[in-house]
Amino acid sequence: MATDRSSPVELRINGSAHEVDVDARLPLLWVLRDELGLTGTKYGCGIGQCGACTVLMNGEPVRSCQVPLSAVTGEITTIEGLGSPDALHPVQASWIEHQVAQCGYCQSGQIVSACALIAMHPSPTDADIDAAMSGVLCRCGSYGRIRAAIKTAAARLNAAMTTADR
Amino acid sequence: MQRRSFIIGSVAVAGGVLIGGVRLLRPLDNPLDDILSDGEVALTPYVIIDGGGVSVITPRAEMGQGIHSTLAALVAEELDMELGDLRVIPGPPSSVYANEVLYPPTTSRREILRERLNALRGSPDRTPQLTGGQTSIRDGYVKMRKAGAAARSMLVEAAARERGVSAALLRTQGGAVIFPDGSSIPYTRLAAGAAKIAPPEDPPLKPRDQWTVLGKSQPRVDMVGKCTGTAHYAIDTRLPGMLYGIVRRNPRLGGSLRGFDATAARQMTGVHDVIALENGIIVVASNTWFAMQAAREVEVEWGPAPYPDSSAEHRAALVDAIRDGSGRRWRDDGDVDRALADVAVIEGSYHVPYLAHATMEPLNAVAWLRDDQLDIWAGNQNPTSTQYVGAQLTGLPLEAVRVHTTYMGGGFGRRLEMDFVASAVRAARAIPGLPILVTWPREEDVTHDAYRPLASAAFRASISDGRPTALDLTVCSPGLQESGRHRSELDFDRADRRQVWTFSGAMGAFDQPYRIPNYRVTTANAPRLLPVGFWRSVGESQNVFFTESILDELAHVDGVDPLAMRLSLLDHAPSRAVLEAVAEMSDWGGDLPAGSARGLAYARSSDAATAQVLQVTLVDGKIRIDRSCAVVDVGVALDPRNIEAQVMSSAIWGLCAATHGEITISDGSVDQSNFHDYLVMRMRQAPKVDVRIHESGGAIYGVGESATATAAPALGNAIFALTGRRIRELPFRNSIPFV
Repeated sequence: MATDRSSPVELRINGSAHEVDVDARLPLLWVLRDELGLTGTKYGCGIGQCGACTVLMNGEPVRSCQVPLSAVTGEITTIEGLGSPDALHPVQASWIEHQVAQCGYCQSGQIVSACALIAMHPSPTDADIDAAMSGVLCRCGSYGRIRAAIKTAAARLNAAMTTADR
Repeated sequence: MQRRSFIIGSVAVAGGVLIGGVRLLRPLDNPLDDILSDGEVALTPYVIIDGGGVSVITPRAEMGQGIHSTLAALVAEELDMELGDLRVIPGPPSSVYANEVLYPPTTSRREILRERLNALRGSPDRTPQLTGGQTSIRDGYVKMRKAGAAARSMLVEAAARERGVSAALLRTQGGAVIFPDGSSIPYTRLAAGAAKIAPPEDPPLKPRDQWTVLGKSQPRVDMVGKCTGTAHYAIDTRLPGMLYGIVRRNPRLGGSLRGFDATAARQMTGVHDVIALENGIIVVASNTWFAMQAAREVEVEWGPAPYPDSSAEHRAALVDAIRDGSGRRWRDDGDVDRALADVAVIEGSYHVPYLAHATMEPLNAVAWLRDDQLDIWAGNQNPTSTQYVGAQLTGLPLEAVRVHTTYMGGGFGRRLEMDFVASAVRAARAIPGLPILVTWPREEDVTHDAYRPLASAAFRASISDGRPTALDLTVCSPGLQESGRHRSELDFDRADRRQVWTFSGAMGAFDQPYRIPNYRVTTANAPRLLPVGFWRSVGESQNVFFTESILDELAHVDGVDPLAMRLSLLDHAPSRAVLEAVAEMSDWGGDLPAGSARGLAYARSSDAATAQVLQVTLVDGKIRIDRSCAVVDVGVALDPRNIEAQVMSSAIWGLCAATHGEITISDGSVDQSNFHDYLVMRMRQAPKVDVRIHESGGAIYGVGESATATAAPALGNAIFALTGRRIRELPFRNSIPFV
């Protein structure tokens, strides 16, 4: 494999600028994990089958293992960008309320995917949840609680939205 | 483990005081010593108090089962603290943290259990700190409460001495000792005084009706980290100057590396080194992906497989072994041959495939060799073995090997193996001075597992007047210990002196409490084939499928209700209770819509009574699993919400295997390689799992495998009820499609 070193690129990740100077074919997953130390996004399969590496690119869920650096555009949001232990995103708060995680390794991908789902379907049906979430594998079988946590988070976000509208 | 600023420990056990029937540490043996700085003291392996608060050392590793939380809750209860106010630290390798359920001192039954895992124990002279087999709570239930109670007693005594009042007048609450006048001193300020007090030998435990933490669902201590991307798995370890390695090995497991040419790979972006192993290579680069790309470009010549080339040959080997008839008899009640001589005999055979673990976090470990010291970061189910592997491969003494046990992105038995630790240590040995994270790509993980063995069964049985009269069952699967010894490059000298054990292959087949008057269970001697290992629920994963499917066959032949038939064979009270409960939950016998049916299975799983009913529906010619009702006897429920999570998890795990799970071999190599062809259940396929917890109130039982064994037979029995087809092989999708 020949090197394909391009000039440094600036990425917008979780609201901050990051300069990266690395082979432009490097998938975003590995830019995040190995180059920038943002390890909340997980490697699970490397072929876009498990969803553990899901991040938002301009609000759309993408499998970061399948997006080369050269194809990254706009704003990237990872699990770290949604919220932190001291300032949880409402979806993270719902996850904790339902005690969803077991081994927890897939949950970054689950939570990021759920955020994208709720943004598109503010009141997701079971079919919406199946369609949006079936690409993210969980070996601990936490699917039942993921479903419940999505519904709680969606209801709460809708209520907050309604209050804000008034 | 990072160095911490311990001021003092509690539960002093100087001189080897017996606490909870366990001989604890003398100060010189304290496994925490090597993480303390000068002037810092920790006198106990379980409870540490420093200026910042109280920490609990959990002797078992967290792989998703919530064990850190429940073990810490046992201590919190006796310390009169909230779980959330404790910090939790995984125990460093030490025989002090031995799993005494799997490795108890005596009794024949326990001797069997000891042998069952002996090949994995690592150091022959040290008792392993193993997490697995639903044993953590059984092992820690008394031990951890005694540790908390002893610590509390010493803190109270320290407070009494400080103020010159009687300890009997004091109480504890919220991490402080409270005086009669309402004033208080926090534990953190009493620790120094407590260290000077002799520990109670047998501190009394709180009666259950005074529990305020145990018995109530607690927020898990790892939950916030796991929902914010801040929990630390081994694969997330980042150290200054760290390199990233990728393993690529002979696809014929155990076959050799005959030669390789890495000239092209070494020229590739970011590549640092290519390390030769006996059966493969490790490519080290500046990031994981560069290493993956380069690993593909290394030209390799592999040796042949040390086993037959195809799945068909592996299966035939088991069939031959069963036909041969030699093996070990595990149960022989009544006279099976006579009972089956002059009656209508129902007979048949069953078969299940190899299965991978496919933990979500691919196998990986970090190793760093510097200045005659080795540090290992690994999500592992056995820190003592991890340490031993590190010492063996570097020639360092055990005490020069520090093990940092991280969260595991799933264990399921896979992280009992030490192969992934060994890869990292070998890389560190080749590149001393720099920390190296060695990851097995998913493809290596799926193709180089220690698989759940393939297994076959043959049976002959009879039933009369609604009750089985005879069952002659022969099961056959390659032995786990036999396999473990042969694939290990380590010193299993002591294990080698023992004979071949077959207990793992008999689990779940011979130990069910059915009162069938003529009842014989035999394990046929299987040859060594693909590497096999411990997989969530071990032998029960196949043997309960065999037994519970066979009983269902008998019930249908005789036209008797499968639930009523099982109840007629059981007088074990918790078993009857879980069956009656699952019948009520699932409306067993109640009307169902056309196109739907139920199936039942029962098992005593690691001694605990469990039952499951699955409801299925035929949708456009495909099976949809609508609902699982699972009842488990836990003895005493410590954290109901976490128990429920484990039951759900174990049911889905079993259903993944029953519906889709299959590892096959062609040309000596595993055919599957990643989640596109090693299929596991996804959200849209997973049923709702309803859980009921039964508390028989005596012994306490673990729950990590509780609904795995019953999942496949309940599904097969439901499919039979729905379609009239008895499917005797897994995965079911080879016989019938699923949604």
